[in-house]
Amino acid sequence: MDVKVWRGGAEGRFETFDVPRQPSQTVLDVVTHIQRHLDPTLSYRFACRVGMCGSCAMTVNGTPRWTCRTHVDRVAADGRLEIGPLANMPVVKDLVADMSEFFDKWGRAKGQFKPSATRADDFAKIDPASPARREAEAGIECIGCGVCYAACDVVSWNRSYLGPAALNRAWTLVNDARDSGQGERLLAVAGDAGCHSCHTQMSCTEHCPKRLSPTRAIAGLKRATWRLALAEGEE
Amino acid sequence: MSLTREVRFWVAQRATAVILAVCVVVHLATIIYAVRGGLGAAEILARTRGSIAWGTFYTVFVLAAAVHGSIGLRTIAAEWLGWRGDTAELATTVVGVVLTLLGLRAVAAVVGAP
Repeated sequence: MDVKVWRGGAEGRFETFDVPRQPSQTVLDVVTHIQRHLDPTLSYRFACRVGMCGSCAMTVNGTPRWTCRTHVDRVAADGRLEIGPLANMPVVKDLVADMSEFFDKWGRAKGQFKPSATRADDFAKIDPASPARREAEAGIECIGCGVCYAACDVVSWNRSYLGPAALNRAWTLVNDARDSGQGERLLAVAGDAGCHSCHTQMSCTEHCPKRLSPTRAIAGLKRATWRLALAEGEE
Repeated sequence: MSLTREVRFWVAQRATAVILAVCVVVHLATIIYAVRGGLGAAEILARTRGSIAWGTFYTVFVLAAAVHGSIGLRTIAAEWLGWRGDTAELATTVVGVVLTLLGLRAVAAVVGAP
């Protein structure tokens, strides 16, 4: 099988490698084969290989995917495989994208848990069936792979846009009864860089390998900021 | 940064979209109904002139379209031209005001007395 792999930084080119097909072969297996047997200078990133760590996402045949759980059979039925770094992020080298801006935006979206209690307080009692907890539950399995961010057109149009993953994180915290940073967080996620820039095209939800719906989270943030704005207006 | 500012733009965009959805349907239905026997200025004026109902309908239509259009242009200017900030807001506000004036002038022309 001929595999085209991106080489270089922002300026670069695709290089073709001949990789043997194996049963149940993943795209990450293909990249690993190239690096171990054909060209040891190929740079890429991975850790767990089982879809937990979120470090191996790449652009496969034009689509952002987690490569460790993507079978070659599924994406290269016609025998064509083209692998590049994730879009919407600067390329460090070859298949490695610089994710620092992506994660900095989690911070800018106030994605840090801000406790409202101390160790002297009793445990918070959260009803698993409560609507807020169910909303949080729907979003907390994010592995931070950056696939949604690479798939988002709004990110490509507006470089300051926080992106689906950071907003999804913010929404899980908005629904965390133990958190005390809500006003600050809603302020951070509103506006041109925040949830109101989302066009609800649902590319993030379509591509999320964990099948989360950042679109739903962003819609929730829009409602929450509206409620806060109404409350501020009344004061 | 003002929280209420962006949120208000968003709510205004959503609310005017709802209004426009109704207005466009009524408008299209009226067109289909009105052109059955051919389209003439006299027939249109006979329907609209002095009509408080049509005057109100088209005034709401014009205002909703002007608000919706100018907020949409603000987003398009930001995303497609990278044009943000005060000058972009001023420009799109001017577009909104011009649309309002032209629209209301047209409403006055078809609803008002000759």
